Amino acid sequence: MSYQQQLNDQGFLTTSVDALVNWGRSNAVWPMPMGLACCAIEMMAFAGPKYDASRFGSEVFRFSPRQSDLMIVAGWCTYKMSHAVRRIWDQMPDPKWCIAMGACASTGGMHRCYGVVQGIDNFLPVDVYISGCPPRPETLINALMQIQNKIREYPTTTLDA
Amino acid sequence: MDSTSLVPVIDELRGTFGDAVIEVTVHSGDTFVRVDRDRIHEILSHLKHTSRYIYIVDVFGIDRFTADDRFEVVYNLVNLAQQHRIFIKTRVTESNPVLPTASDIWSGANWNEREVYDMFGIKFDGHPDMRRIFMPEDFKHFPLRKEFPLLGIPGSIELPNTTPDPE
Repeated sequence: MSYQQQLNDQGFLTTSVDALVNWGRSNAVWPMPMGLACCAIEMMAFAGPKYDASRFGSEVFRFSPRQSDLMIVAGWCTYKMSHAVRRIWDQMPDPKWCIAMGACASTGGMHRCYGVVQGIDNFLPVDVYISGCPPRPETLINALMQIQNKIREYPTTTLDA
Repeated sequence: MDSTSLVPVIDELRGTFGDAVIEVTVHSGDTFVRVDRDRIHEILSHLKHTSRYIYIVDVFGIDRFTADDRFEVVYNLVNLAQQHRIFIKTRVTESNPVLPTASDIWSGANWNEREVYDMFGIKFDGHPDMRRIFMPEDFKHFPLRKEFPLLGIPGSIELPNTTPDPE
Protein backbone atom coordinates (compact mmCIF):
# COMPACT_ATOMS: atom_id res chain seq x y z
CA MET A 1 0.00 0.00 0.00
CA SER A 2 1.41 3.32 -1.00
CA TYR A 3 1.92 6.13 1.50
CA GLN A 4 -0.66 8.25 -0.31
CA GLN A 5 -3.18 5.45 -0.25
CA GLN A 6 -2.63 5.03 3.48
CA LEU A 7 -3.28 8.76 4.12
CA ASN A 8 -6.43 8.62 2.04
CA ASP A 9 -7.73 5.61 3.93
CA GLN A 10 -6.97 6.76 7.45
CA GLY A 11 -7.43 10.54 7.15
CA PHE A 12 -5.11 13.31 8.39
CA LEU A 13 -5.11 16.85 9.65
CA THR A 14 -2.55 19.62 9.51
CA THR A 15 -1.56 21.67 12.53
CA SER A 16 1.43 23.48 13.99
CA VAL A 17 3.72 21.92 16.57
CA ASP A 18 2.89 24.81 18.92
CA ALA A 19 -0.80 24.04 18.78
CA LEU A 20 -0.25 20.34 19.36
CA VAL A 21 2.16 20.78 22.25
CA ASN A 22 0.02 23.44 23.88
CA TRP A 23 -3.07 21.27 23.50
CA GLY A 24 -1.27 18.54 25.38
CA ARG A 25 0.19 20.81 28.02
CA SER A 26 -2.98 22.72 28.72
CA ASN A 27 -5.02 19.56 29.25
CA ALA A 28 -2.59 17.90 31.62
CA VAL A 29 -1.71 20.61 34.13
CA TRP A 30 -0.67 18.61 37.16
CA PRO A 31 -0.89 20.68 40.32
CA MET A 32 1.61 20.77 43.16
CA PRO A 33 -0.67 21.30 46.18
CA MET A 34 0.97 23.82 48.48
CA GLY A 35 -1.80 23.73 51.08
CA LEU A 36 -0.75 26.06 53.86
CA ALA A 37 -4.07 26.87 55.54
CA CYS A 38 -7.85 26.59 55.27
CA CYS A 39 -7.84 27.28 51.49
CA ALA A 40 -6.35 23.79 51.15
CA ILE A 41 -9.74 22.32 52.13
CA GLU A 42 -11.34 24.08 49.16
CA MET A 43 -8.46 22.93 46.99
CA MET A 44 -9.22 19.33 48.00
CA ALA A 45 -12.88 19.86 47.10
CA PHE A 46 -11.68 21.12 43.73
CA ALA A 47 -9.97 17.79 43.13
CA GLY A 48 -12.80 15.72 44.60
CA PRO A 49 -15.73 14.13 42.76
CA LYS A 50 -18.25 17.00 43.06
CA TYR A 51 -16.17 19.69 41.36
CA ASP A 52 -13.97 17.14 39.58
CA ALA A 53 -10.77 18.72 38.36
CA SER A 54 -10.18 15.66 36.18
CA ARG A 55 -12.54 17.22 33.62
CA PHE A 56 -9.63 19.60 32.97
CA GLY A 57 -6.90 16.98 33.26
CA SER A 58 -5.74 18.30 36.62
CA GLU A 59 -6.88 15.59 39.00
CA VAL A 60 -3.38 14.22 39.58
CA PHE A 61 -2.10 16.10 42.61
CA ARG A 62 1.60 15.44 42.51
CA PHE A 63 3.34 15.56 45.87
CA SER A 64 6.67 15.68 44.10
CA PRO A 65 7.65 19.00 42.56
CA ARG A 66 9.56 17.12 39.85
CA GLN A 67 6.32 15.87 38.32
CA SER A 68 4.11 18.95 38.55
CA ASP A 69 3.42 21.97 36.35
CA LEU A 70 1.24 24.20 38.50
CA MET A 71 1.82 25.32 42.06
CA ILE A 72 -1.36 26.20 43.93
CA VAL A 73 -0.33 28.20 47.00
CA ALA A 74 -3.43 27.83 49.17
CA GLY A 75 -3.15 29.80 52.38
CA TRP A 76 -1.03 32.31 54.22
CA CYS A 77 2.73 31.98 53.99
CA THR A 78 5.09 32.95 56.80
CA TYR A 79 8.59 34.23 56.23
CA LYS A 80 9.91 30.95 57.61
CA MET A 81 7.76 28.89 55.22
CA SER A 82 8.56 31.10 52.22
CA HIS A 83 12.02 29.53 51.94
CA ALA A 84 10.53 26.04 51.69
CA VAL A 85 7.91 27.18 49.15
CA ARG A 86 10.53 28.86 46.96
CA ARG A 87 12.76 25.80 47.16
CA ILE A 88 9.95 23.55 45.97
CA TRP A 89 9.11 26.05 43.21
CA ASP A 90 12.75 25.99 42.06
CA GLN A 91 12.61 22.19 41.90
CA MET A 92 9.64 22.18 39.52
CA PRO A 93 10.66 21.70 35.90
CA ASP A 94 9.87 24.42 33.34
CA PRO A 95 7.36 25.33 32.04
CA LYS A 96 5.51 25.98 35.27
CA TRP A 97 2.68 28.18 36.50
CA CYS A 98 1.54 29.49 39.83
CA ILE A 99 -1.85 30.29 41.37
CA ALA A 100 -2.09 32.47 44.50
CA MET A 101 -5.25 31.08 46.04
CA GLY A 102 -7.21 33.30 48.41
CA ALA A 103 -6.75 36.69 50.04
CA CYS A 104 -3.85 35.58 52.25
CA ALA A 105 -1.67 34.15 49.51
CA SER A 106 -2.42 37.14 47.26
CA THR A 107 -1.94 40.01 49.72
CA GLY A 108 -1.42 38.67 53.23
CA GLY A 109 -5.15 39.09 53.83
CA MET A 110 -6.20 39.38 57.43
CA HIS A 111 -2.75 38.30 58.57
CA ARG A 112 -1.43 41.84 58.51
CA CYS A 113 1.51 41.23 60.81
CA TYR A 114 5.27 40.85 61.09
CA GLY A 115 5.44 37.08 60.55
CA VAL A 116 3.43 36.66 57.34
CA VAL A 117 4.64 37.56 53.85
CA GLN A 118 2.24 40.19 52.50
CA GLY A 119 1.53 38.36 49.24
CA ILE A 120 3.49 35.45 47.81
CA ASP A 121 4.36 37.54 44.74
CA ASN A 122 7.17 38.88 46.93
CA PHE A 123 9.10 35.72 46.12
CA LEU A 124 7.14 33.80 43.44
CA PRO A 125 6.05 34.76 39.90
CA VAL A 126 2.27 34.45 40.22
CA ASP A 127 0.13 33.91 37.10
CA VAL A 128 -3.39 34.03 38.54
CA TYR A 129 -4.62 35.56 41.78
CA ILE A 130 -7.89 34.35 43.32
CA SER A 131 -9.86 36.54 45.72
CA GLY A 132 -12.01 35.15 48.50
CA CYS A 133 -11.57 33.88 52.03
CA PRO A 134 -11.54 31.06 51.22
CA PRO A 135 -12.50 31.03 47.53
CA ARG A 136 -15.01 28.43 46.44
CA PRO A 137 -13.77 25.50 44.32
CA GLU A 138 -15.48 26.97 41.23
CA THR A 139 -13.14 29.95 41.51
CA LEU A 140 -10.14 27.66 41.50
CA ILE A 141 -11.54 25.91 38.43
CA ASN A 142 -11.89 29.32 36.81
CA ALA A 143 -8.26 30.11 37.65
CA LEU A 144 -7.21 26.78 36.18
CA MET A 145 -9.10 27.62 32.96
CA GLN A 146 -7.31 30.95 32.80
CA ILE A 147 -4.01 29.13 33.16
CA GLN A 148 -5.10 26.81 30.33
CA ASN A 149 -5.88 29.82 28.13
CA LYS A 150 -2.51 31.29 28.97
CA ILE A 151 -0.75 28.05 28.01
CA ARG A 152 -2.63 27.88 24.69
CA GLU A 153 -1.51 31.39 23.77
CA TYR A 154 2.12 30.78 24.65
CA PRO A 155 4.33 30.04 21.61
CA THR A 156 6.02 26.96 23.01
CA THR A 157 8.46 25.80 20.38
CA THR A 158 9.73 29.18 19.26
CA LEU A 159 10.50 30.49 22.74
CA ASP A 160 12.11 27.31 23.99
CA ALA A 161 14.77 27.36 21.27
CA MET B 1 -16.81 26.17 91.73
CA ASP B 2 -17.39 29.40 93.66
CA SER B 3 -14.58 31.77 94.49
CA THR B 4 -14.74 31.24 98.26
CA SER B 5 -13.29 27.78 97.82
CA LEU B 6 -10.00 29.37 96.73
CA VAL B 7 -9.55 31.25 99.97
CA PRO B 8 -7.75 28.36 101.72
CA VAL B 9 -5.06 28.41 99.02
CA ILE B 10 -4.58 32.15 99.30
CA ASP B 11 -4.53 31.95 103.09
CA GLU B 12 -1.97 29.20 102.91
CA LEU B 13 0.19 31.23 100.51
CA ARG B 14 -0.08 34.30 102.74
CA GLY B 15 0.74 32.23 105.81
CA THR B 16 3.79 30.64 104.21
CA PHE B 17 5.20 33.54 102.23
CA GLY B 18 3.82 36.60 104.06
CA ASP B 19 4.60 39.85 102.27
CA ALA B 20 5.69 38.09 99.08
CA VAL B 21 2.00 37.85 98.17
CA ILE B 22 1.46 41.42 97.01
CA GLU B 23 -2.03 41.53 95.60
CA VAL B 24 -5.02 39.20 95.15
CA THR B 25 -7.78 40.01 92.68
CA VAL B 26 -10.82 38.04 91.54
CA HIS B 27 -12.11 38.68 88.06
CA SER B 28 -14.75 36.70 86.13
CA GLY B 29 -14.48 33.91 88.66
CA ASP B 30 -10.71 33.56 88.29
CA THR B 31 -8.21 34.38 90.98
CA PHE B 32 -5.06 36.34 90.21
CA VAL B 33 -2.25 36.47 92.71
CA ARG B 34 0.62 38.90 92.20
CA VAL B 35 3.78 37.87 93.99
CA ASP B 36 7.29 39.16 94.58
CA ARG B 37 9.63 38.25 91.70
CA ASP B 38 12.46 37.27 94.11
CA ARG B 39 10.36 34.46 95.60
CA ILE B 40 8.48 33.33 92.48
CA HIS B 41 10.35 30.05 92.20
CA GLU B 42 9.67 29.09 95.83
CA ILE B 43 6.01 29.97 95.47
CA LEU B 44 5.55 28.01 92.25
CA SER B 45 7.35 25.05 93.74
CA HIS B 46 5.14 25.22 96.83
CA LEU B 47 2.02 25.39 94.66
CA LYS B 48 3.03 22.28 92.74
CA HIS B 49 4.38 20.10 95.53
CA THR B 50 2.20 21.12 98.48
CA SER B 51 -0.99 22.53 96.95
CA ARG B 52 -0.93 20.02 94.04
CA TYR B 53 -1.32 22.46 91.16
CA ILE B 54 0.23 19.81 88.97
CA TYR B 55 -0.86 21.12 85.56
CA ILE B 56 0.71 24.24 84.04
CA VAL B 57 -1.69 25.35 81.34
CA ASP B 58 0.16 28.38 80.06
CA VAL B 59 2.89 30.90 80.73
CA PHE B 60 2.61 34.23 79.01
CA GLY B 61 4.00 37.72 79.10
CA ILE B 62 2.37 41.13 79.18
CA ASP B 63 3.95 44.38 78.08
CA ARG B 64 2.39 46.97 80.41
CA PHE B 65 4.43 49.74 78.71
CA THR B 66 5.06 51.51 82.01
CA ALA B 67 8.24 53.20 83.20
CA ASP B 68 8.82 50.82 86.11
CA ASP B 69 8.11 47.08 86.21
CA ARG B 70 7.29 47.08 82.54
CA PHE B 71 6.75 43.37 81.93
CA GLU B 72 4.47 40.93 83.66
CA VAL B 73 4.66 37.13 83.42
CA VAL B 74 1.54 35.11 84.20
CA TYR B 75 1.46 31.43 85.11
CA ASN B 76 -1.85 29.66 84.59
CA LEU B 77 -2.02 26.69 86.98
CA VAL B 78 -4.68 24.05 87.55
CA ASN B 79 -5.25 21.63 90.39
CA LEU B 80 -6.91 18.73 88.59
CA ALA B 81 -8.09 16.93 91.75
CA GLN B 82 -9.98 19.95 93.09
CA GLN B 83 -10.61 21.56 89.69
CA HIS B 84 -9.06 24.84 90.81
CA ARG B 85 -7.46 27.32 88.48
CA ILE B 86 -5.12 30.00 89.76
CA PHE B 87 -3.12 32.68 87.95
CA ILE B 88 0.23 33.68 89.46
CA LYS B 89 1.64 36.98 88.22
CA THR B 90 4.97 38.63 88.74
CA ARG B 91 6.61 41.72 87.30
CA VAL B 92 10.09 42.36 85.94
CA THR B 93 11.82 45.57 84.89
CA GLU B 94 12.77 46.51 81.36
CA SER B 95 16.46 46.89 82.28
CA ASN B 96 16.73 43.44 83.88
CA PRO B 97 14.05 41.18 82.37
CA VAL B 98 15.13 37.93 84.02
CA LEU B 99 13.10 35.37 85.98
CA PRO B 100 14.01 31.97 87.38
CA THR B 101 12.72 29.17 85.19
CA ALA B 102 9.72 27.06 86.12
CA SER B 103 10.73 24.28 83.73
CA ASP B 104 12.46 22.40 86.57
CA ILE B 105 9.09 22.30 88.39
CA TRP B 106 6.84 21.54 85.41
CA SER B 107 8.59 20.26 82.24
CA GLY B 108 5.62 21.66 80.33
CA ALA B 109 6.80 25.19 81.06
CA ASN B 110 9.80 24.68 78.76
CA TRP B 111 8.26 25.75 75.45
CA ASN B 112 5.96 28.33 77.06
CA GLU B 113 8.96 30.11 78.51
CA ARG B 114 10.73 29.98 75.17
CA GLU B 115 7.69 31.65 73.64
CA VAL B 116 7.74 34.41 76.28
CA TYR B 117 11.42 34.92 75.56
CA ASP B 118 10.79 34.99 71.80
CA MET B 119 7.99 37.55 71.99
CA PHE B 120 9.08 39.79 74.89
CA GLY B 121 12.77 39.13 75.48
CA ILE B 122 12.22 38.03 79.07
CA LYS B 123 14.99 35.55 79.93
CA PHE B 124 14.46 32.57 82.18
CA ASP B 125 17.42 31.76 84.36
CA GLY B 126 18.29 28.07 84.48
CA HIS B 127 16.20 27.17 81.45
CA PRO B 128 17.79 24.19 79.64
CA ASP B 129 17.28 25.56 76.11
CA MET B 130 16.74 29.33 76.06
CA ARG B 131 16.34 29.83 72.29
CA ARG B 132 13.68 31.45 70.15
CA ILE B 133 10.79 29.14 69.36
CA PHE B 134 8.78 30.86 66.56
CA MET B 135 10.89 33.57 64.95
CA PRO B 136 14.08 32.83 62.99
CA GLU B 137 17.05 32.40 65.30
CA ASP B 138 18.92 35.36 63.83
CA PHE B 139 15.95 37.70 64.34
CA LYS B 140 16.97 40.65 66.50
CA HIS B 141 13.68 42.06 67.78
CA PHE B 142 10.89 41.06 70.16
CA PRO B 143 7.62 41.29 68.21
CA LEU B 144 5.07 41.59 71.02
CA ARG B 145 6.78 44.54 72.67
CA LYS B 146 4.61 47.61 72.26
CA GLU B 147 7.22 49.62 70.36
CA PHE B 148 7.52 46.95 67.66
CA PRO B 149 5.59 47.99 64.52
CA LEU B 150 2.60 45.85 63.50
CA LEU B 151 3.99 44.99 60.07
CA GLY B 152 7.47 44.31 61.38
CA ILE B 153 10.70 46.00 60.44
CA PRO B 154 11.28 45.84 56.67
CA GLY B 155 14.22 43.63 55.82
CA SER B 156 14.53 42.20 59.33
CA ILE B 157 13.50 38.73 58.13
CA GLU B 158 15.05 37.43 54.95
CA LEU B 159 12.93 36.42 51.96
CA PRO B 160 14.13 33.63 49.68
CA ASN B 161 16.41 34.37 46.79
CA THR B 162 14.23 34.80 43.70
CA THR B 163 17.05 34.33 41.21
CA PRO B 164 17.49 30.60 40.59
CA ASP B 165 20.98 29.23 40.95
CA PRO B 166 22.75 28.83 37.59
CA GLU B 167 22.98 25.17 36.67
